[in-house]
Amino acid sequence: MEEEKPQKKQSKDGQKNAFQIFLEELIRGAPEHSSRLRRVWQVLSIPVLAILTGLLVGGVIIILTTEEVFAAWAQSPLASLAAAWDVVSNAYSALFTGSLGDPARIIAALQSGDGLAIRRAFNPIFESLVSSIPYIFAGLSVALGFRAGLFNIGAEGQIFVGAICAAFAGYAITGVPAIIHIPLAIMAGAIGGGLWGFIPGWLKAKTGGHEVINTIMMNFIAFRLSDWLLSGPMQRPDSFNPVSPTIQATAVLPRLFDHPIRFHLGFFIALFIAWLVYWFLFKTKYGFFLRTVGANPHAARYAGMNVLTGVVLAMTMAGALAGLAGANEVLGVNYHLAMAFSSGYGFDSIALALIGKSHPLGVVLAALLFGTLRNGAVRMQLAAGIPIDIISVLQGLILAFVAAPAIIRTIYRLRAPEAHEEEVTVSGWAGD
Amino acid sequence: MNMPPTLELKNITKRFPGVLANDQVNLTLKEGEIHALLGENGAGKTTLMNILYGLYAQDEGQVFVRGNEVDIQSPNDAIALGIGMVHQHFMLIPVFTVTENVMLGKESLKLLDVLDRGTAASKIRQISEQYKLKVDPDDYVKDLPVGVQQRVEIIKLLYREADILIMDEPTAVLTPQEADELFNIMRSLAERGKSIIFITHKLREVLEIADRITVIRRGQVIGTTTPQEANRETLAEMMVGREVSLAVDKEHAQPGEVVLSVENLFVLDERNQVAVDGVSFQVRFGEVLGIAGVQGNGQTELVEALTGLRDKQDGRVSLLDQDITHVNPRQVTELGVAHIPEDRQRDGLVLAFPVADNLVLNTFYQPPFSKRVVLQNEVILRTASQLVEEFDIRTPGVLTTVGSLSGGNQQKVIVAREFSRPIKLLVASQPTRGLDVGSVEYIHNRIVEKRDEGCAVLLVSSELDEIMELSDRIAVMYRGKIVDILDAKEATKEAVGLLMAGIHPEKTTEPQAVS
Repeated sequence: MEEEKPQKKQSKDGQKNAFQIFLEELIRGAPEHSSRLRRVWQVLSIPVLAILTGLLVGGVIIILTTEEVFAAWAQSPLASLAAAWDVVSNAYSALFTGSLGDPARIIAALQSGDGLAIRRAFNPIFESLVSSIPYIFAGLSVALGFRAGLFNIGAEGQIFVGAICAAFAGYAITGVPAIIHIPLAIMAGAIGGGLWGFIPGWLKAKTGGHEVINTIMMNFIAFRLSDWLLSGPMQRPDSFNPVSPTIQATAVLPRLFDHPIRFHLGFFIALFIAWLVYWFLFKTKYGFFLRTVGANPHAARYAGMNVLTGVVLAMTMAGALAGLAGANEVLGVNYHLAMAFSSGYGFDSIALALIGKSHPLGVVLAALLFGTLRNGAVRMQLAAGIPIDIISVLQGLILAFVAAPAIIRTIYRLRAPEAHEEEVTVSGWAGD
Repeated sequence: MNMPPTLELKNITKRFPGVLANDQVNLTLKEGEIHALLGENGAGKTTLMNILYGLYAQDEGQVFVRGNEVDIQSPNDAIALGIGMVHQHFMLIPVFTVTENVMLGKESLKLLDVLDRGTAASKIRQISEQYKLKVDPDDYVKDLPVGVQQRVEIIKLLYREADILIMDEPTAVLTPQEADELFNIMRSLAERGKSIIFITHKLREVLEIADRITVIRRGQVIGTTTPQEANRETLAEMMVGREVSLAVDKEHAQPGEVVLSVENLFVLDERNQVAVDGVSFQVRFGEVLGIAGVQGNGQTELVEALTGLRDKQDGRVSLLDQDITHVNPRQVTELGVAHIPEDRQRDGLVLAFPVADNLVLNTFYQPPFSKRVVLQNEVILRTASQLVEEFDIRTPGVLTTVGSLSGGNQQKVIVAREFSRPIKLLVASQPTRGLDVGSVEYIHNRIVEKRDEGCAVLLVSSELDEIMELSDRIAVMYRGKIVDILDAKEATKEAVGLLMAGIHPEKTTEPQAVS
């Protein structure tokens, strides 16, 4: 039974942290003859370099869109260089203090010992975490789809339906304790989103209709459905605005700190769900089934798996995960449903799942990045006058570099990967 | 005569990280010669040819073309020197005509950059006639059979006036008839002064067509010989480095009870055409029933129908006493049927998954590999290590992806998976297609071993040698029907060959299914 094979050693000690497991899963496809560190680098190099390159190119775009730099050019090239440096360093320092906190302010607050000041100083980082939560859920949704070979472009619509159901359960159910009400409302969100994923999944299994088309169509239905509900059946009775009634206090996801920190229980629920998705995909037979269907449907059929069941199951689960993102926003942040409350979490999460290599821990890390960028962008706009849209540009650049690793490899002269390293994303794009 | 050879490779060495792909390789090619380059998969044949074709640069050594040392940097350089390559996978655009495909990259133009299809087509016609290629320049490539597509590739080279032709495993995709036709073409090319390097690992072909044979093993030239001096055994030994038994050692079959019984089976193909047309046969415990036939005569559909992958139109299939006409693949597996699929990479394996996962691909959901819903990864890995050992799968580890293994080892993964559970019936479809001699020997022995253990074996193969070697009874399929079932002891290659072509010696009318 004693084997020298290094792979076996890893599996024998049960004590592994999530990150180790993540790395192992990632480097499964990497060439075996290189050292462990090299293999880790081979896997992580593309996302890390993509982020750096994205920030770099983003800097250039900030310079090119700032009038001061051009004005300085009229005086002297050197002055314009200084102006360029100023604007970029201001922008990025605002981005990072806005998302992670200002060190000077944190130190001052800690020295003063004033609770409110300390909380205010630490607030940016907690706000970033709060922004990351819907990204985690929606990213998991898309990643699960990728793993099963499906391209779930309907996360946005599933978020809306999840939010509608959670909001309804949140305000319509009364007189139950929080310990029941919160799970009930969360479940409602998952069921709503799950239904919205089930429909395109079922259509694909029954009719062969492609899930990309159908999930896009389901998005439109979801948007208009929420518009109609908010201006009709679900509209707050005392309001002319298209918003739903406020949810009951018993349905609110508890905040973990005092005002102004909005950090709430949803973050830990998201981490738990990420772990659950990981466990499901890699440790259960159903996960094995879905991954096989995704990686090679022909072989799945040969091996006696029902591919169509897999498609329906995966789409339903993906929908449920996205639905949780909607539920989280309603129950943890907004406390009511409003029109267009999700500004593209579902679409961003497609990018995010790619950056995270469709692995739950990768998704969590990418979601933290996206949440941080999104949160920091607000301050960047206020403090440095850089339009918030530059963040979309940054996200777009990072995604482009991740999705087209050849660019990064060319820039940094990395060697091309061995075969099958990128199988997961590739088969995800293939659709059928 | 002191003419320099058409092509001479001197001391070519090529290293890849961790591998010495070519080690001081010498090769001379004379004018008008068919020179076979023989070696197992991974022996370094393709690397050598890629160096010659300008796709890789050699680390050491020189290349001489007609006595002059040349430096080939790219395929364009190679083409300019008259070196052309027919790749294993064709480089054709299906929706273009033959003329358009041939012109691609060397378009002949009329005034104002208008494509001059007429001139090109007439040149193609002339080449086609000269070398008896029988290709119509106006056909669309997508409508042509594989064998003709290959001839289009050859025309592409002749059109560019190549006189050194490299053919990389050209028969791998051909039926025996198409292969024979290709050999005729190769001979006629050689007669007209073209020199051909013929890369292969099939011994029979080498002996049939080559003027000289160079054997490569692990990047080194083992020796050069001729078909007159060599035979299959000596060549196999040179290739593998040890004695190889090409003839399968097997005892007489001890057939028992009927395991698989097929009655009047009808199956449709993708286009709803009848592919299996009223087939009946039986397979007993302890015997191998070989189904011979040229690829595309309904064998694929027959196997898919038997294993539950394809719906049956009519008829009855039973396994022992159980009706399995309408069962799904999982039920077939659970009833004790093993299936080695025809296309191992498409159906048999998930290339992106590790060896271990592939070894439990159809049993993962059962104990001991799963408890309730949880995969027992430790059990899976332990079992995988044992199977890797037992079936001699050459892999760096059980977590290596199957896609990075050689074809032979990929097939061993399938064999290990299918043979490691209790089975009553083995359905093996083209089990050795594209494999090297060593792996073929291994798989054949394993199949015979299974038979001797008392398993019933249904072997489907378009390799006549394989059918003759392994079967106890031979059923020949032609156009969806079983033309005849012969006892292997009495069957001759010629008789089976005629049946494969649909010619039945005793019956003058349309062949009838034998029930």
